[in-house]
Amino acid sequence: MHGRVKIKSTAQQEEEKRKEREKKLKIYVAARDACFSKRKEGIFDDEALQLTQQLLSSNPDFATLWNYRREILMHLETVKDEDEVQKIYEAELSFLESCLKVNPKSYGSWHHRCWVSARLPRPDWARELSLCDRCLSLDDRNFHCWDYRRMVVKVSGVPVDQELSFTDRLIGSNFSNYSSWHYRSTLLPLLHPESPEPPSPRREPPQTSPPPSPQTHSHRVCEEQLLKEYELVQNAFFTDPNDQSAWFYYRWLLGRAEREEMISCVYVSRDEERVAVAFSRPVNAQSVGLLLVLDGQPQRVEWRSVHPRFKHSPVWICDLPPGTIGDITNEHNLTVHWTEKHTHRDCALYTGRAESWCRDSATDQELFRSELSVEKTSVLQSELQSCNQLLELEPLNKWCLLTIILLMRALDPLGYEKETLAHFQTLREVDSMRSAYYSDLCSKFMIENTILKMEYAEVRVFSISDKNLTTLCHLDQLLLVTHINLSSNQLQRLPPQFAMLQCLEVLEADDNIIESLEGVYHLPKLEELLLKNNKISTVADLQPLASCPKLKHLDLRGNPVTQTPDVESALAELLPSVTDLLL
Amino acid sequence: MAAEDLPSEFDVVILGTGLAESVVAAAFSRVGQRVLHVDRRSYYAANWASFTFNGLLTWIQENQEGSHPEEAQDWSSLVEEGEELIRLSNSDSTSISNVQVFTYTSEEDEEEEEAPNTTEEETGGAEGDAVKEASETESADSKEEETEEKQEETAEGGGGGEEEQAPSTEGEEPEADQPAPSAAQSQSEPAKKKKISYTKLVKEGRRFNIDLVSKLMYSRGSLVDLLIKSNVSRYAEFKNVTRILTYRNGQVEQVPCSRADVFASRQLSVVEKRKLMRFLTSCVEETEEQRAYNGRPYLEFLRDQQLGDNLQHFLLHSIAMVTEDTPTEEGLASTRNFLRCLGRYGNTPFLFPVYGLGEIPQCFCRMCAVFGGIYCLRHSVTCLLVDKESNRCKAVIDSRGQRITCSHFVMEDSYVGVDRKKVDTPTRFLSRAVLITDSSVLPSDSDQQVSLVTVPPIAAGRPAVRMVELCSSSMTCMPGTYLVHLTCQSVGSAHEDLSPVVNSMFRTPESPDQETRPSVLWCLYFNMADSSGLEVQGHDLPSNVYVCSGPDAALGHDHAVKQAEFIFQKILPEEDFCPPAPNPEDIIYDGDNPSPTATEGEAEEGEGETKEEKEVQEQEEVQEEQSLHPEE
Repeated sequence: MHGRVKIKSTAQQEEEKRKEREKKLKIYVAARDACFSKRKEGIFDDEALQLTQQLLSSNPDFATLWNYRREILMHLETVKDEDEVQKIYEAELSFLESCLKVNPKSYGSWHHRCWVSARLPRPDWARELSLCDRCLSLDDRNFHCWDYRRMVVKVSGVPVDQELSFTDRLIGSNFSNYSSWHYRSTLLPLLHPESPEPPSPRREPPQTSPPPSPQTHSHRVCEEQLLKEYELVQNAFFTDPNDQSAWFYYRWLLGRAEREEMISCVYVSRDEERVAVAFSRPVNAQSVGLLLVLDGQPQRVEWRSVHPRFKHSPVWICDLPPGTIGDITNEHNLTVHWTEKHTHRDCALYTGRAESWCRDSATDQELFRSELSVEKTSVLQSELQSCNQLLELEPLNKWCLLTIILLMRALDPLGYEKETLAHFQTLREVDSMRSAYYSDLCSKFMIENTILKMEYAEVRVFSISDKNLTTLCHLDQLLLVTHINLSSNQLQRLPPQFAMLQCLEVLEADDNIIESLEGVYHLPKLEELLLKNNKISTVADLQPLASCPKLKHLDLRGNPVTQTPDVESALAELLPSVTDLLL
Repeated sequence: MAAEDLPSEFDVVILGTGLAESVVAAAFSRVGQRVLHVDRRSYYAANWASFTFNGLLTWIQENQEGSHPEEAQDWSSLVEEGEELIRLSNSDSTSISNVQVFTYTSEEDEEEEEAPNTTEEETGGAEGDAVKEASETESADSKEEETEEKQEETAEGGGGGEEEQAPSTEGEEPEADQPAPSAAQSQSEPAKKKKISYTKLVKEGRRFNIDLVSKLMYSRGSLVDLLIKSNVSRYAEFKNVTRILTYRNGQVEQVPCSRADVFASRQLSVVEKRKLMRFLTSCVEETEEQRAYNGRPYLEFLRDQQLGDNLQHFLLHSIAMVTEDTPTEEGLASTRNFLRCLGRYGNTPFLFPVYGLGEIPQCFCRMCAVFGGIYCLRHSVTCLLVDKESNRCKAVIDSRGQRITCSHFVMEDSYVGVDRKKVDTPTRFLSRAVLITDSSVLPSDSDQQVSLVTVPPIAAGRPAVRMVELCSSSMTCMPGTYLVHLTCQSVGSAHEDLSPVVNSMFRTPESPDQETRPSVLWCLYFNMADSSGLEVQGHDLPSNVYVCSGPDAALGHDHAVKQAEFIFQKILPEEDFCPPAPNPEDIIYDGDNPSPTATEGEAEEGEGETKEEKEVQEQEEVQEEQSLHPEE
């Protein structure tokens, strides 16, 4: 009909599209081949620049072509004057912009932009920043852009406060943004550093002269700013308590004190003529310059970790040359120097004593509390209040529950033990996918509490039965323990770290689900091992016990291994020292 | 003359270019129906139109004068055997009433310009505008066009004269008050910007696009869906409404409605934030608890949620936008609709078309024209010719006395004679006010905000008022000004309903103490009939005649879109309603006729394109405009 609009059929359209595609492909392949052959011949001319541009604008992820382009540009730099070079690179930047429009997450394009920006004779950083702003407004999680932006900020020296307000803006438009929160965490300590004096008076080891160790407080923020940050982040997690990014930032704000590096304990045993040293963190004692001085004489000793599996360990032991301290009527003075850290610890072994030690206790150091936070109690108390307020509104929110647990631990681990346990129970129910994680975390806290209780009681007995433990940790803190009771828990193994219990004499671990005894290894004083009702199934599983010279009493009742034929003779052969075997 | 006649046969003749009629026109044209679309007015979009400042002055004058009595012509010679003639009403006097204008700014700038210079430019502007309007108009008769143009020119002059009188008719306040504030300004704050003069408004009049109805587009509403589905969206650009405000305890506050707003809000406590977010997330799904409140007021439901006064206010007035006695199920549905629309295009649920709402009907008209629809403005249908036996409209007689055969006839309700209208409920009215102000009701970092302000009833029995404040980047007002639309269901006249709100939220001669509030430079009050209660069929009219109602009171456009779809489906139940238009490159034109439209439509299309080009250029300067498609 006259004047009517006719529309191409889909078949027609398809056919046209197909032809179009074929044509494009032909051009693309031809250009690609031309580029390759030019590069082979070492031609760096404008035509090559054009060809690569044509190809890269349709496929910005062609790394070889970007390389070729850089070769060409570097060549041009040598033959053109500065103004021309400036022009070429400016053109390159606008070309890159068009590539980024095609694919804002192209590695090649961003990398090339970095390269160009660095070579540009007169760079325009403001333009680069605004490009980043545009990219981030389209996708606030484009990490390529974040990387590039960091480079631009660094090179052009954007003031920190300006960057902080940039994060304000991004967080304001969408606070589910790890990049922005994280960026904040790097800016705040620069802009609002903590005042030099430590937040809570902590006892310095008296013998060390105190040069303030920089890493302890380096990324802390002053309290005034912290309070503002708490408010900001609370707005976020009250608005959306299921958003993780805010909670993670909050965890960072609440802070974590880094433990000072030091020798936390020196133990010497006259019988074994052996010294054990515990460090504040796992180290490789063979390479840190550890020096043992006995009665003023440096000793040549062989340091070894408690288990061959560990190259790094918080506990190291060495045997003294035979006869050096064996005489009980002698008094000895030991000093262990950690030369690398300019620190040392003394230990005196008095006449008539079989053993001696020198240590800082966990209670003195507020070790487990400061692991979470070094903030003032009043601040933490008010944070706990806010979180409890949120919990009232959202009783099943896992992030809130977990944060409350951590705050309680920072405030008063023993006082809040009951609430903590109840919250853990809720967590396991509302987030069953992670129940094992919560059980392990709960085990850790229970062990910490038990260590604290033990130290307040000033005993060397560690008893933590029937607490649903699923894992063991802080075993370096148990170096001096002689009796340990782990019965009626959910432990599957006694891990290699267990070998740090150098003073252990009696180990009760009945009614667990232990399958592996890997860590019951070279325990010089272990005499009694109670493993009733566990899951030890073969004689080979008992192999590590053979390394404990004093083991006499072994209870294996209720383990599958007892069903093995000839188990008794096999055990007699494996563990000749055991005189009291219960099967 | 004969060569300029319209074709004598169409599938559908549509009278009136309001939103529903324009959508119907596009829908029919798109599926290959021959469409004739006419409007007796000189502009598109009827009561949905947007005007330049000068155009609006003309409109005001026309509506203050009332309609000219029309002479009934005798068309009996065109009536065939077995046909009956139904006369259509040709007066629009019923839909607009109580027009009142107040100019609160000084007539001219005191220092800036010389008087003769200003007058000259003013005339120039008015002339240009008249030309523009004429160019948009399709008129076959060149002589008629000339006379029309002259008329408009005189009308413009008259309008200006009228304005000069307006303040004095209202009393002496404006003139008496004027010197005082300006003197105070020059003494205390010499740096403060000068008030924009009335002359300046007229001079810059073309920068205004003032809507007769004030609505917003719900970002998941039926209009947006239709614009996307039909590709009509490509003819327009949109801006996000950037914030929702409310007026409470004498203060304008921002309503936190999106997640980012709630996070950033300074007036909510963290506990309120949580309660609000929890309420908003939980109300999306229907629960037993909610059902228990069916039939009881939403306010009661909100009270029982223990949300506190702040949140209750926000939820009731600004998010659900209902009254205190609205039943819970309705309040919840309205809340859900608001939430559903959040986040599609931005932080609020609403979009606003750049250049004003009058663009939307025109976009549909353009789609209709692209597919062959023929357009005539200042052209009407005076009579229907009805086959007595079948009671169907066989043909119409246009205002030039041409008989045009059609299978279906669609018309705006104002053309239906009162005697033939079947009205179940008494006609309701909307009260409207349009203000030009000098600053925003809630200044913020950016002066380019588009805000919806909900104003709860200021006293019992008073209406709730909806206010939309547009900034200059929406291309509806000149830089340095804001265009404020107020709308409510009429209780009394527009002035009675709305001036108390205006006086409490703005600085006017009646409220000179409100020093911190924006000053009103100029304002207009009028009432518009809300005919949305009208049925499409069921009037004393032939069975193939369909009636479209004018603008309704609702914030969205659902009513008009639903009505258009209903009419289309009624006539062509088998056809798709506004299927996606093909890309321009997929359209094949006949070899002998490269124009996309029929010969008769050519002139008009040509004009349309120049206008479009101009708009494209202007639009390129506009920042942050949105196309509806990227998300799709």
